Amino acid sequence: MKLFKKILIANRGEIAVRIIRACKELGIKTVAVYSDVDKNSLHTKLADESICIGPASSAQSYNSIPGILTSAEITDSEAIHPGYGFLSENPHFAEACLTSGITFIGPAPESIRLGGDKAKARQVMKRRGVPVVPGSEGAVVSEEAALKTAKKIGFPVIIKASAGGGGRGMRIATAEDELERLYFMAQREALTAFGNGELYIEKYIPEMRHIEVQILADGKGNILHLGERDCSIQRRHQKLIEESPSPIATEKFRKKLGEYAVKAARAIKYKNAGTVEFIVDAEGNIYFMEMNTRLQVEHPVTEYVSGIDIVKEQIKIASGFPLEFRQTQIKLSGHAIECRINAEDPERFIPCPGTITFMSLPGGPGVRVDTAAYNGCVIPSHYDSLVAKLIVYGRDRAEAIARMKRALDEFIIEGIKTTIPFHKRVLNDPEFASGNFNTGFVERFNSPALPAK
Amino acid sequence: MELEDLKGLIELLKETDITELLVEKDGTKVKIKREKIFSSVEIPSQRAASVQETILRETEEETQRLITVTSPIVGTFYRSPSPDAPVFVEVGLRIKKGQVLCIIEAMKLMNEIESEVDGIVVKALVENGQPVEYGEPLFLIEPL
Repeated sequence: MKLFKKILIANRGEIAVRIIRACKELGIKTVAVYSDVDKNSLHTKLADESICIGPASSAQSYNSIPGILTSAEITDSEAIHPGYGFLSENPHFAEACLTSGITFIGPAPESIRLGGDKAKARQVMKRRGVPVVPGSEGAVVSEEAALKTAKKIGFPVIIKASAGGGGRGMRIATAEDELERLYFMAQREALTAFGNGELYIEKYIPEMRHIEVQILADGKGNILHLGERDCSIQRRHQKLIEESPSPIATEKFRKKLGEYAVKAARAIKYKNAGTVEFIVDAEGNIYFMEMNTRLQVEHPVTEYVSGIDIVKEQIKIASGFPLEFRQTQIKLSGHAIECRINAEDPERFIPCPGTITFMSLPGGPGVRVDTAAYNGCVIPSHYDSLVAKLIVYGRDRAEAIARMKRALDEFIIEGIKTTIPFHKRVLNDPEFASGNFNTGFVERFNSPALPAK
Repeated sequence: MELEDLKGLIELLKETDITELLVEKDGTKVKIKREKIFSSVEIPSQRAASVQETILRETEEETQRLITVTSPIVGTFYRSPSPDAPVFVEVGLRIKKGQVLCIIEAMKLMNEIESEVDGIVVKALVENGQPVEYGEPLFLIEPL
């Protein structure tokens, strides 16, 4: 068995840079692809080869299956790493790779398809003994069926899109008379956003924590988990701060969570790195939410506490190697926190693309910055607003928080607005420091800062 | 009389077959003389240089008028429909708008690239069988 000689990275920004770094350490050649506005992007400079695949519009560049496969072909790349977003959870792309004889670094198309069908995944998990939030059996076929389910489980309920993600196609109904209207709104939104109007219903849990588990599966029977990440600090379902371990996790809780995650991965015959997301209610009950069949943005916090390079493991698994360790050998220690630094107004979160006129990165002990930004670089308006991920490690949560505050103070970005001031405020907040918060944190936290209407 | 004027006169002399020049202006007399042998060596090289310069200038002007056909996709560039067939367009050929210039192969699909103007093929910029990226220049066309 041998590692790939050359890998094409079908992505941009910090994650493309992250993957190139893993390849370099493994002695693998890299091919970067880019759209014409990304000509001077860092990933095009760090890779061994770079190919312009299309104009700024991602449909014609980073989401172009023919463009990416052709680039892999003409550069003799053996495998493609999709990163996150773009084509990473597109089963058609994974299938096209397969038929072109190029290895897709990720799970099989069927696993991606099942992971993407949230209603079906719920059904499969329930059958396999992974607890799910009370709700519909699979999808609801009509507004009558939706109402019937809602009455059975009791209001409030949340209507979600089967093909959903990122908060789109989601509506919370607090009473019977709202349901029909919200059902059709969610359906229309889901149809526009995902081209699929299928919906399902769950009991709405208002005070929840979002806790997810990183898993690694080698496709040879070894599936293990690398502990949890608490991603409860989010705004409109967009994660802003993630940490590992979760401030509420006990050893017993972690073990149970890990068992559910491994069971979930086994249920969909998972291979490669993936994440199982759970809802944890105020009483500490765990419910399966969804499975993300790709590398996550927040993977570095797990890398810090586990000492395992998840991207390198992905490449080794895809090359056909078995995992070199067992669950009992995974030792988690210390505490890691990640802040997503976005090119956004820190008060109102409005995207703020532009040129970075000056940048100085934080450093020192326990600090990691994953970014593709540099002095003078342009943050284009065509793609997501993530500029940098600031990740810190400490012996415990208190040290990690102190270190994050220090690193945020050192971080200078000029020319564009960023969310650094927002992160500073959160890190200095007593509720955040207490560890006792839920997904409603940002909304409550941010409302006093907004001007009164 | 300025230094620049003198230089100009010398240049003038070099560009011609004249061996001697006498100029009188505002009471200043200037006489420039040169030997025949010297001139016979110097003239051709000077001429060559100036000819070269002219060509260069013309090319620059030409390029501005020319249309660059770029690749709309990433793929492999082919100048003919099959390995044995003649090329779609030769340099110097007069072409019509909509005429096929080449093929870009992507995912086993042959994408024909057509000319957007009536014109003359001035230059083929990529060799047959070479990979091309999005936006890569393929041909120079002089529109008519």
